[in-house]
Amino acid sequence: MAKRISNHEFKSNTMPAIVTVGPVAILSLFLVVAPLALVAIMSFCQTDEFYNVVYKFTAINYSKLLSPDYIKIYGQSLLIALITTVLCVLIGYPFAYVIARTKSHKKKLFYMLVIIPFWTNSLIRIYGWRTFLGSSGWLNMLLLNLGLVDEPVEFLYKTGTTVLGMVYCFIPFMVLPLYTAIEKLDGSLLEASSDLGAKPYKTLFEVIIPLTSGGIFSGCIMVFIPCLGYFFVSNILGGGNTDMIGNLIERQFKSANNWPLGAALSIILILVTLILVKIYQNLGGDMDSLGV
Amino acid sequence: MKKARKEKANKRLSIVFCSMVYLFLFLPIFVVIANSFNATTSKPYLSWKGFTFDWYIKLWSNSALLGSFGNTIFIAVASTVLSTIIGTLGAVGIYRYKFKGKGIINGLLYIPVVIPEIVIGIALLTIFSNTNIPRGMLTLILSHVSFSVPYVIFNVRARLSGYDKSIEEASMDLGANRVVTFFEITLPVLAPGIAGGALLAFTLSIDDVIISYFVNGQTKTYPLKVMESIKSGVSPDVNALSTLVLIGTIGLVFLTQSGIGSGKHKKI
Repeated sequence: MAKRISNHEFKSNTMPAIVTVGPVAILSLFLVVAPLALVAIMSFCQTDEFYNVVYKFTAINYSKLLSPDYIKIYGQSLLIALITTVLCVLIGYPFAYVIARTKSHKKKLFYMLVIIPFWTNSLIRIYGWRTFLGSSGWLNMLLLNLGLVDEPVEFLYKTGTTVLGMVYCFIPFMVLPLYTAIEKLDGSLLEASSDLGAKPYKTLFEVIIPLTSGGIFSGCIMVFIPCLGYFFVSNILGGGNTDMIGNLIERQFKSANNWPLGAALSIILILVTLILVKIYQNLGGDMDSLGV
Repeated sequence: MKKARKEKANKRLSIVFCSMVYLFLFLPIFVVIANSFNATTSKPYLSWKGFTFDWYIKLWSNSALLGSFGNTIFIAVASTVLSTIIGTLGAVGIYRYKFKGKGIINGLLYIPVVIPEIVIGIALLTIFSNTNIPRGMLTLILSHVSFSVPYVIFNVRARLSGYDKSIEEASMDLGANRVVTFFEITLPVLAPGIAGGALLAFTLSIDDVIISYFVNGQTKTYPLKVMESIKSGVSPDVNALSTLVLIGTIGLVFLTQSGIGSGKHKKI
């Protein structure tokens, strides 16, 4: 009898659905929905004199977000993320094109060589850049020894250095989706275009780029959005001169201890993300290609 | 003739360009490796003072560093096992069954993937602190599971979309129950997707800085240990450990020659 009931339950599909989807549902509820909801609530709260969060409604955090100092940093963040994204496309596209369309038998190796650097921790590699670029760093040593400069050049703590670090961190996120898109490109279309008399640049702009635009869009999303939050790159290479929104949030949670203000800043970042993802979807972007 | 010469010039140009990009990608790694042999002993360990193997010996007595590396491996293994189990079950369930809220669960999966890590980090910190869960190993593992599961699901799902359900029906027609069918039929078919997802989960966990930074409490992972030492200068034994890890991973990959790079959903 008991066996029969359990058999019946199995056939009803309820049990298997609960067993398989239940864990993901619980996880999403407690570690995705609840935390983000709490952040949204906290962004309307205050702190007492001991920096504890007091759950009493206020809009003060959002009014603080409009201070000129912050607005300057939003502008700076968007600019750095934008330059990073553009550079990633400009460098990543031709690079991905060459390795995706090579007929060399080493193609797989070329692909692996893009990934291998990322097996070394990203902090260590960013610190490697600092070692290389610092005033007593190796690039300066080289320049001084070659007699190209008389005194060390300060490469660090500039917007350009932070952009360099960001491009470095994110270029694979551009190259890999582009590689996938370009590899799928049908070579006969390119031949047809040139047989019909199109100049190479015309083939590029009217055939190649439109056919691989999906890869470009998903690459841009995967570079631009996380870039806004990568506080450690600007910490290490920008030395506080090139703060991003991520640095502001980090400070509220780690040193200034104003969690509600940090929460409000995070809400801004979430809104920016949602807007960009919406635009991406409207352009025909596939959400699954963001999970590369 | 002219066209051939032009093509040759183009080819040379693309080789030069690609070499420069690879140089850019590998330069800091060369710096890290070179500095692991740097004989300098004064902070911030930047100027070159000659060649030595000392740091590779000193490394083994730096218990804080080795301990943090042990933590990283432990967290990565634990979170990979958990997220692979949860993700595989979830992918199969979401693919197969109709239930209320399916669209919502599907949508929620994209949140950890698209929202900047720092937001996920502070959100997890907030929930752990509000529910009085002591921050440490447990919260690190839970957090890593939460951002790895979507990637496992995407990988397994890619495998499921080309999956022929009739072999499961055949299995059950021949008398196997659902559980037996799952382990004997479904799992082996999905294995490559599961393996890809697990590898990705492991890689993401090992390299995670930002989320761990907020939920770690007193527990230090290897990346957090590096972060802590950045202000005073990263000592070359850290570089030595990184170098060994890099050599180890490259060796492992070339030994196994697994199909890395063939899957659609590979994040670094």
